[in-house]
Formats: sequence, C-alpha cells, structure tokens
Amino acid sequence: MDQANAIELKNITKRFGKVIANEGVNLTLKKGEILSILGENGSGKTTLMNMLSGIYMPDEGQIFMDGKEVSIHSPKDALDLKIGMIHQHFKLIDILTAAENIILGLPGSHVLKTAQIEEEIKKIIESYGFDLNPSQKIYDMSVSQKQTVEIIKVLYRGADVLILDEPTAVLTPQETDKLFAILRNMRESGKSIIIITHKLQEVLDISDRVAVLRKGKYMGSVNTQEATVGGLTEMMVGEKITLDIKRNDPVDPQLRLKVDKLTVKNMEGIKVVNEVTFTSNSGEILGIAGIAGSGQKELLEAIAGLEKIEDGKVIYHACDGKEIILSDLSPEGIKNQGVNYSFVPEDRLGMGLVGNMDITDNMMLRSYRNGKSIFTDRKAPKKLALDIIQELGVVTPGVTTPVRRLSGGNVQKVLVGREIACNPNVLMVAYPVRGLDINSSYMIYNLLSDQKEQGCAVICVIEDLDVLIELCDRIIVLCNGKITGTLDARKTTKEEVGILMTKDTKEGE
Amino acid sequence: MSTVGQKEVKEPLIRMMKRDSIPARTAWLIRIAAVILALIVCAFAIVAITKLDPFQVYVGIIDGAIGNSRRTWVTIRDILVLLGIAIALTPAFKMKFWNIGAEGQVLMGGLASAALMIYVGDKVPNWLLLITIFVASTVAGMVWGLIPAFFKSYFNTNETLFTLMMNYVAMQIITYCIVFWESPAGSNTVGVINAAKRAGWFPQILGSTYGLNVIMVLLLTVGMFLYLKYTKQGYEISVVGDSQNTARYAAINVKKVIIRTMVISGGICGLMGSIIVSGASHTISTSTAGGRGFTAIIVAWMSKFNPFAMILVSALLVFMQEGSIQIASQYGLNENASELITGIILFFLIGCEFFVNYKVEFRKKQKGVI
Repeated sequence: MDQANAIELKNITKRFGKVIANEGVNLTLKKGEILSILGENGSGKTTLMNMLSGIYMPDEGQIFMDGKEVSIHSPKDALDLKIGMIHQHFKLIDILTAAENIILGLPGSHVLKTAQIEEEIKKIIESYGFDLNPSQKIYDMSVSQKQTVEIIKVLYRGADVLILDEPTAVLTPQETDKLFAILRNMRESGKSIIIITHKLQEVLDISDRVAVLRKGKYMGSVNTQEATVGGLTEMMVGEKITLDIKRNDPVDPQLRLKVDKLTVKNMEGIKVVNEVTFTSNSGEILGIAGIAGSGQKELLEAIAGLEKIEDGKVIYHACDGKEIILSDLSPEGIKNQGVNYSFVPEDRLGMGLVGNMDITDNMMLRSYRNGKSIFTDRKAPKKLALDIIQELGVVTPGVTTPVRRLSGGNVQKVLVGREIACNPNVLMVAYPVRGLDINSSYMIYNLLSDQKEQGCAVICVIEDLDVLIELCDRIIVLCNGKITGTLDARKTTKEEVGILMTKDTKEGE
Repeated sequence: MSTVGQKEVKEPLIRMMKRDSIPARTAWLIRIAAVILALIVCAFAIVAITKLDPFQVYVGIIDGAIGNSRRTWVTIRDILVLLGIAIALTPAFKMKFWNIGAEGQVLMGGLASAALMIYVGDKVPNWLLLITIFVASTVAGMVWGLIPAFFKSYFNTNETLFTLMMNYVAMQIITYCIVFWESPAGSNTVGVINAAKRAGWFPQILGSTYGLNVIMVLLLTVGMFLYLKYTKQGYEISVVGDSQNTARYAAINVKKVIIRTMVISGGICGLMGSIIVSGASHTISTSTAGGRGFTAIIVAWMSKFNPFAMILVSALLVFMQEGSIQIASQYGLNENASELITGIILFFLIGCEFFVNYKVEFRKKQKGVI
C-alpha cells in the first residue's frame, strides 16, 4: 500500500546553546498511519515534536506538509495546518467543564451557545468511541478523562495529524487499551497519528511503523510487523546490551523499619495512604508496585517525616535494638535521633537537590552541619562530588555547574550518589531510573543491590514491573493508597502484580 | 517537488534565544555598555531641559557630586546609606522573602535613636549613649522584621503586603512622636536634635564627620559577604530560598531560618536608621528613609546579591542623583530632575539583564549554505 506523506521532515536540526537536541533528522508520516517514535530519554523525541507543534522553531531544515514547504511559528500555525499535540502535562482549567475547556481560545460569537457546542462535541465523542460527558467539570475527572478532553480539544479544532507525548504513562493497562482502540478508530477515519513512548510492548501493539531516535539523530524506521523488542533496543541504544541485575539471597535479615497502619491525607482530605502496614529488613530490597499516583510518593515522604501523618506509626529499629518512633518526629528530629536513612525523592530538583547550586554545594546538603564551626567546610563535599562524577560517569562541564543545567539522568546520578555515600541503614528511592538511559539504569539497579549486600534496608518504587520482579526480594502492591498484596519477588509474575495493581477495593473512601 | 524554491517561508526578523551560559566578561561588558548608554541618554535629557551643551552637563554632574569636599562627603554619606540598606535586604531576598518593609525597619531604628538622643542625650557619656543607640535601633528594626516573619512562618501570610503595611505603621508612629518632640513648637518638625551639645551624634573619626559611617557600613558589607558565602546559616538561607521542600528534606527548620533571617535583615535596617539619624541628619521625620528602602531592593537585585557589586551600583545611582540635584538647583528645576536621572539609569541597568540572559539574532540576509 503506497500511502501519501502527511508530513515530511527534512534535515531538521535544533540546538539549545551548545547542546544539539536534533541533528539532521529526516522523518515521514504517512496518511492514515500510527507512527511510534522511540528513543531513550534525551534522544530528542519531544523536541522534534515540539517543532511540529510550533513550540520551537528548527534552526535548520525544512518541514513539508502534503508536499508543500511550511514554517510553523506558533501552536496556532500548527493548528492552522491541522497539527494538534497532546502534551504529557495537561493544560486544562479545573473549574470549567469539558466543553468550556475545549472551546477555550477559539473565536466565536460573544454569546456562549453551550447546547450547540456540546452537540458538536458529542458528535466527535460518538464517531470515535470516546467516553466523556461534555458538561462535566474538570476537577471531577480522572486522569484518563482529562486526557480524553485534551484529545477532543485537538479534534474539535479540526486536527488531522495528532501527536501524543507519552500518553500511556499515566494510564492503567485497561485505560491504555481503551485509548489504543480509539486511536485505531481515528486511523480508520484517515487521521495520522504520532505517538511518543518508551514502552516497547506498546509500540508493538499500536503502531504501524516505528521510527527510532538516538542522541538526537534519526536511526531509521521499521515496519512494526518486522520489529522485535531486541532489535528495537539495539537501535535505540546503539549496541547489544546484556541486561543483568544481580540478586543474591538476603544475608541475616533483621527488622529495620516497621510501618503500622499508616494513613496520610492530601490537601483535599482524601486518604492517599490508607492504613498501610509493612516491614522492611536489613539486607533486603523491598519493592513498591502500583500505578502512578497510588500513594507511593506520599508513603515514602511520610516515612521521611515530610508529610503530615494522619494516623499510624513508623518505627525504626536501630542496629543496637533501640526503637525510635519516627512518625512523631520532624526531619530535623529524625536527624537528631541519629537515624541514618537516605531518601531519593521523586521530585529531584524540587526536593532532593538545590537546582541553582553546584554539585559540591548539593553534596553539602546532607553534611553541612558537620563540625562545630559556624563556617561550612567545602573540602570533603568537593572530594565527594569529584568521586561521584568519576564513579557514576556524571556528564558535567565541571563541579561548579549548577545542577539544574545537567540533564535528568545526570541529576539523578548526583542525587543517588550522594544518598548512597551517606552509608545509610535505610535507603528509600522513588523512581530511581526515571530519565536515565538503559546503561545508567542498570548501574543504579546494581548500586541498590550493593547497598543491600552491605546490610542496608532498601525500599524502592520502580515503574518497570519486569525490573521490580528481577531486583527485589519482596514486593508490596499499592492501589489507591491501600496495600493489595505482599509478594515474594522470586515466585511472582508480572501478571499477578498487574492484577493487584488494579484490584479495586471499593469500600468507601 | 523537492525544490519548492524561495517561497514565502518567512523567518522572523528578530529571534530571541535564551543563553545557555555567558562568559562573565561578556556579561560585564554588556553591563558597562548599559551604563555608558544610560549616561548618554541622561545627558540628552538634561540638555533638552536646560539647553546646555552636553559636556557642560557632565561637568555639572561631576561638580555637583564631588565638586568640593563637602559635596563629596554628602555623596559618600548617601552612598553608604543606600548600600547599607541593600546589604540588610540581601539575606531576606536571597531567601525569597520579599521584604519590602525596609522603609519601616529603617524608620523604627531611626525612631529609637532619636528617642534616646532626646531623652537620654545629656545624662550619659556620649560613647555609652552611642552604644545604647546602636543596640536599641537594631532591636527596633529586628522587631519590625520579626513580626511579618513570624506570621509568614506560622500562618503563611503574604510577606509582601505585610511588610509594606508595616511601613505605614512605622510612619504613623513617627508622626505621632513628632507631636511631642516638635521643635520649635508649631513647626511640625523635630528640628536638629541636641544641636548644641551634639549628644548622640557620631564623633569625628579619621578627620571626618562621616568616618564612623564608612567604617560601620563597610564592616557590614564584608560581614554580609562572608555570612552568606561561608557560614552554615548562609548556606541554609540559600537552600530555603531555592526550594523550601529541599530545605525540609535536608532537615532544615524552615520556620526558624525565616525568622532568624528576617531578624537579621530587620536588625541591620534598624541600625541603618541610627546611622541616618545619629550619623547624618540628626533629626527624624516620616521621610527619614526617603524611599531608599525601596531603591535598595533594586540595588540588591541588580547586584545579584553580591555585596561588592552593591557598592558600585549604589555609588552610580547616588553619584548621578547628587550631580543632577546640583544641576537642578543651578537651573531652577525641581527635584524631579534627579528622579528622572535615576529612572533612566535603572531602565538601562535592568534592561541590560535581558541581553545578558538572551541572545538576539537578526534575520540573516541570505540563507547560509552550510
């Protein structure tokens, strides 16, 4: 089948300062196909798509639509060309209804003809099989409903080319299936769709063709029918890599942390962590599984003393047998009690590090109090900074570069490196490899394994279930803030964990 | 199809790009260029009003600012005040606590020293009086800084409005005190306090009336530089300023840091109040701070919180102000002339930061063959 090209990119290059985000990219999107763009974090997928949707302008190269050269200066230009992008972060106004959000910013008469607009929206909903009530307010919606609003918003504006940036990252497996069904309906009606993702299985499920980017360069495309997971990985990374995680049996595990019926409420008063009870032992890795936003973040932050605890207890069992009740203490109090825990929070620059400070000063965050002098000592932190740069291969212009200028993966290495350097008894990590390339990810996994072997109690939240099952000793599964199961990682399967992740215990709030 | 040709694929005339980083030297060259441009435009503004030739205007400005030893010292005195207040504000702003209450904190410090000069002036030796004045005015400023900080940390009130309101409270208190301290009666001003005995006045040091002012403000400048850069408390201020979440994560008591820092900031403002009252004007009025609590905010921000850069910025501002006041009085213009000058300089200094942060490119004449 020879389809015409909807979009053709020729020799697109985009630089940010000295960083080259895209270099000489050639890419075509055929009419009525679903094209996946695959690449590791930082390979320039989002930048490339932002140039199609008018957020950035390419420094070099040309964009053709239906064979004609076009230049896209703004998101409005993109929409005029019938290109619509659905971003990872939704841009909706909470107190307005779906319909109001959809027409927001469009020209029209001064009187809002709500009934007529909702009628038009319903037509779109029906023709593609969406599930949405146009008069529902955004704040009443689930994440997947919000995403639906964003998609309809683009369709309402008449887009023929849809770009979705990691649409499945926030969805449950069932919601993902629904989304994919809708995307297939759209393809049938002649829309062209680009979907950015890094989940290989999804790529194989949904797309007709896969285009691979590596370090800003276009590596080629394959028809999905001919693609394999191994082949795609190799295209992404550029080399055959063996993905091994070492896992020894726990040696002399001892109770280190006991969490008893812990309950945390969010600002709206909803229980985001609901009577969670578990234990964590030394020499053992405890994994926490769950769909994004099931309470993992709040659980770890509550243990670290950063979230207000509504009810329940966190008890630390020190090596000498002393018990310290952490749930009564502030982070300062926990520190003063001599509890040696490390925490890699989800929000790296907003919580784990100080973005405007350099690596040395960020190393000091944990240790600046050392010594009695009123002055800070920068010698030891500087040495630590240099060690981490060397050992973990942090790519930085120098130790004096503010960490916010580093790429996500390097920021994460700095943070994980510092936390491990504290020689903790308890190490909590949330999404430790988010944003890291495959090699660095495996380096981090093995660092966690090392910590375990040194007798540390490791608690980790990892999105990738395959890794979680391979790395951890025990796994607890969270769903809507509740534990739906505790599993032996060596005996469980991905399917079993997946079922528990969505096991809705619908018994009140 | 491949060569569609040079059709109307328009490129914007001007493009702005955020700079990744900029060599320190280029940044300073941009800033120096801004100062020079500002001076040129200032001259044109004055020429337009006074019909002088530009050269004469510059001579006039220099003459007005440092023309004789008295004028020079007045200029130095005013630079010191502006610098001192900017130094006081620095820790608060570095913590992202928007302290726009320096006016009030300075006024309260000034009020404390005026009160001591009036009531204790002839009862204790001058050195003891001066020390008491320093302590009392610092404490007065501290209290004025502590109140909004307390409410900020415990009730999360908006510090911008709070500190601003505190300015008006301070002014009203001074208006009230003037009723009692009026001299001569009916003038509605306090007049020069202790004009005869000079009790509570700064003594002559190093052969100058303002020697003590110089020493105190320079000590504050160096001290603040060291405090922010090398002490643990200074480090805590930077962390809290960047992200309160990170601060809590690092087990920093954010409430304590906010209160402590505002006490320091308010305290130095209060001390500056005593330097103005005891060390310069020897009187008190609602305009004792004279808007310098606000100008100092700009000085602090433009200097990127570097105390030494603040010396240069405040010197430039005050130099031009004093110079233009001289020109204004010579040619019968009112004090607005000097505000005009300040405005022009600030416009250029703030505007040039855009060019430090962004690169501006014009459309290339021809598409380069690469």
